[in-house]
Amino acid sequence: MAVSENKITVKDLDFHYGEKQVLHALNLNIPPNKIFSVIGPANSGITTLLRAINRLSELSPDARARGDILLDGQSVYAPQVDVSELRRKVGMVFDVPAPLPMSIFDNIAYGPRLAKVRNKSVLAETVEGALRAAALWDEVKDRLRAPASSLSGGQQQRLCIARVLALKPEVILLDRPCSGLDPVSTAKIEDSLTELKERLTIVVSPHNIQQAGRVSDRVAFMLSGRLVEEGANAEIFSNPKDQRTSDYITGRFG
Amino acid sequence: MKSTRLSLSPRAAERVIKVFVWAVALSIMAVLVSIVVFILYKGLPVINAGFLTEIPRRMGREGGIASPIVGTLLVTALAVLLATPFGMGTAFYLAEYTRDGAVTRIIRFSAESLAGIPSIVYGLFGFIFFVMYLNLGWSVLSGGLTLAVMILPTIIRTSEEAVRSVPTIYREVSFSLGGTKWQTIRGAVFPSAVRGIANGIILSIGRSVAETAAVVLTAGSALRMPDGVFAPARTMAVHFYILASEGISMDNAYGTAAVLIILIFLINIAANMLIDRLATKGR
Repeated sequence: MAVSENKITVKDLDFHYGEKQVLHALNLNIPPNKIFSVIGPANSGITTLLRAINRLSELSPDARARGDILLDGQSVYAPQVDVSELRRKVGMVFDVPAPLPMSIFDNIAYGPRLAKVRNKSVLAETVEGALRAAALWDEVKDRLRAPASSLSGGQQQRLCIARVLALKPEVILLDRPCSGLDPVSTAKIEDSLTELKERLTIVVSPHNIQQAGRVSDRVAFMLSGRLVEEGANAEIFSNPKDQRTSDYITGRFG
Repeated sequence: MKSTRLSLSPRAAERVIKVFVWAVALSIMAVLVSIVVFILYKGLPVINAGFLTEIPRRMGREGGIASPIVGTLLVTALAVLLATPFGMGTAFYLAEYTRDGAVTRIIRFSAESLAGIPSIVYGLFGFIFFVMYLNLGWSVLSGGLTLAVMILPTIIRTSEEAVRSVPTIYREVSFSLGGTKWQTIRGAVFPSAVRGIANGIILSIGRSVAETAAVVLTAGSALRMPDGVFAPARTMAVHFYILASEGISMDNAYGTAAVLIILIFLINIAANMLIDRLATKGR
């Protein structure tokens, strides 16, 4: 594996859906073991960027990427890349809590089972570890066989984080994971993210500027599919270089 | 603003509508209940152990309906077992494996046209193709194949509908957890669609059990016990039809109808229990 300081490198990425260009010559360096926030108003291309990293965008038949994304220095678009393997390494949490219609246990075990983990005690350990890491274990340990839909919205979203963690990923992509959640649930998720960055890399599209300020180590500001600027949290929030960044974070638009 | 037309106040209109929908719903219930009660009232007294276990004698004037019961179960089971994999396969192809285009339009148009064809036409087709051309004769196999062709469009349409109504996010979640297309369909799409798919199959079972015209032309109307798929068979619906229309025995016709209704209830209950298991287990 090529040695690289950055966990993820986005190189000159153009992204099209059909005729419509969503990302324009995007360049980003995402360091390991940090929370990297990508902020911007709606239709900035942030969701597209996140989905380009784990190649989930390929589910749309008219999606086209040009340029490259490197994970540990290796192109994720290289022909020898096993997409399933890539997605296990780069987990994703969606903007709506999306438990599958099955039990809490089966939700967490879903990914490992797809990866052919069959051993019952290994699965049980994996599920427990993932739920603990997502700070959900104490709330659900007595009802692992209950349908995941019986959980509250905040619990469901932590379940989705646990489900990703069960695959022991290296990166987690979170697309507005706290939109529609109450402040208590949001705080719990932010806490677990802060703990999780010890062992993995987190790329998040926060649901508001305040959240970006609270959790991020580094922040990138995007507008209409272009990177405006990127820097350390303190830099972006106290001393932005670009007038548009300043306008956005002070709430003048967006 | 003053209305010149006769009009009700919104509150009164609300009440009228409420009474109307209630009345409609109740009258539908009443029709269903009165049919079932009438058949059971006429039929239940005829039913006893002998009626269920004996073969019809003297054209059905005497004896039981053991062979029509077995014939019904065989023909229906064969039809459903044949049509379900083809129907579900087509549905998954249409909903998951292809983009809308000329091919899917042709398949959907064919399925919809087939769904509208009267069953007697299927019977005629089955008679010419399976009974005569393939030389399968009047048999459980010919009847099952004909009914399979008849219920296929229903299974395709209901299954496709069920697969399409599975939220996209389930697929995305499964793919994002490293699932392949097939793993995603099996693990995330199918458990959510199984209820809708099963409803289509139950509907098809009901149609198969009740079918007369298509069956009499293909499975025949033999009274003896079918001893395999190549033997001719008489189904309960055909038996009932012949008993009633030829004036052989109205009592036994009602008895047959009662057994038919009870059988359909039992199939529905069993199928619903099976669906609940499949849907909650989820994999």
